Amino acid sequence: MDILTQPMPWYIAGPIIGLTVPVLLILGGKMFGVSVNLRHACASCNFGNVEFFNYDWKKAGWWNIIFLAGSVLGGFLGGYVFANPEPINLAASTITDLQALGINDFSGLVPADLISWEALGTPAGLIVLVVGGFLVGFGARYAGGCTSGHVISGLSDLQLASLMAVIGFFIGGLLMTYLIYPIIL
Amino acid sequence: MKILEYLKYLLIGTVFGFVLVKSEVVSWFRIQEMFRFDGIHMHGIIGLAVVVGIISVQIIKKNNIKDAKGNPITIPPKDASQWKRYIIGGSMFGLGWALLGACPGPMFALLGSGITVMIIPILSAIAGTYVYGMLRNSLPH
Repeated sequence: MDILTQPMPWYIAGPIIGLTVPVLLILGGKMFGVSVNLRHACASCNFGNVEFFNYDWKKAGWWNIIFLAGSVLGGFLGGYVFANPEPINLAASTITDLQALGINDFSGLVPADLISWEALGTPAGLIVLVVGGFLVGFGARYAGGCTSGHVISGLSDLQLASLMAVIGFFIGGLLMTYLIYPIIL
Repeated sequence: MKILEYLKYLLIGTVFGFVLVKSEVVSWFRIQEMFRFDGIHMHGIIGLAVVVGIISVQIIKKNNIKDAKGNPITIPPKDASQWKRYIIGGSMFGLGWALLGACPGPMFALLGSGITVMIIPILSAIAGTYVYGMLRNSLPH
């Protein structure tokens, strides 16, 4: 059982994630992209009758919603049933930087200081969970895709638009990491 | 055989979610490490995933491989002239990705791993998507 609880090396995980693209294309003729499910969720309860969400979400998205349910199940297997008991083997420089920002608990997949029900009651935790989620949803649809749709699928098809989106992802990510996070924490 | 179709996507999604967690792609710490360029882990995963994806798509296109139902595989091109939406929208997404430490796939995999508070950013992301839908016509694309 050790092999199932141990972390997966990057050189094994990367190719498996990349193979999701041809597997979905060949087995179903489907293009890999996760964030469109958030649009399906909006379409399923479009109380404001917003035009962008007026489409047959069941017909367009049934397969992807099931894929997403699978991802929750996979997360349960990988992070609960076969959870790795050890802390993440993070770069020492990252740990030093984060400690300087006040992150103390490095034991889990996410810092309990920011991502937990208790943290939801703190200003920093509230910003991370609520504003972070909002920006992910708004930005993904504005950009027409997220990490899976642009970084993995789009770049796999050598789409210039996806390269622009990935550049955007890193502009935002670097701004947050170096300029905004030090203010929040 | 609708049930087999369901199981197919459930299985692919399960492998995806499992790998996301086991490789720690879902980890806020790993995203911080990535944006600080402190280690190869995330860059290696994304880089190899893209290389495998490019090779696969090229093979599919060169050989006109059909999908399981015998239909030709077509990938709709994205309109690169809409650069504003990719740069502005992409930057907003990047701000959220670094802040939350999770993009949409990992949000759901983390929920499954027992970090139940992830339901808050998931609902917030749905709200963000809805607000984008409302403002869409007045935003630069």
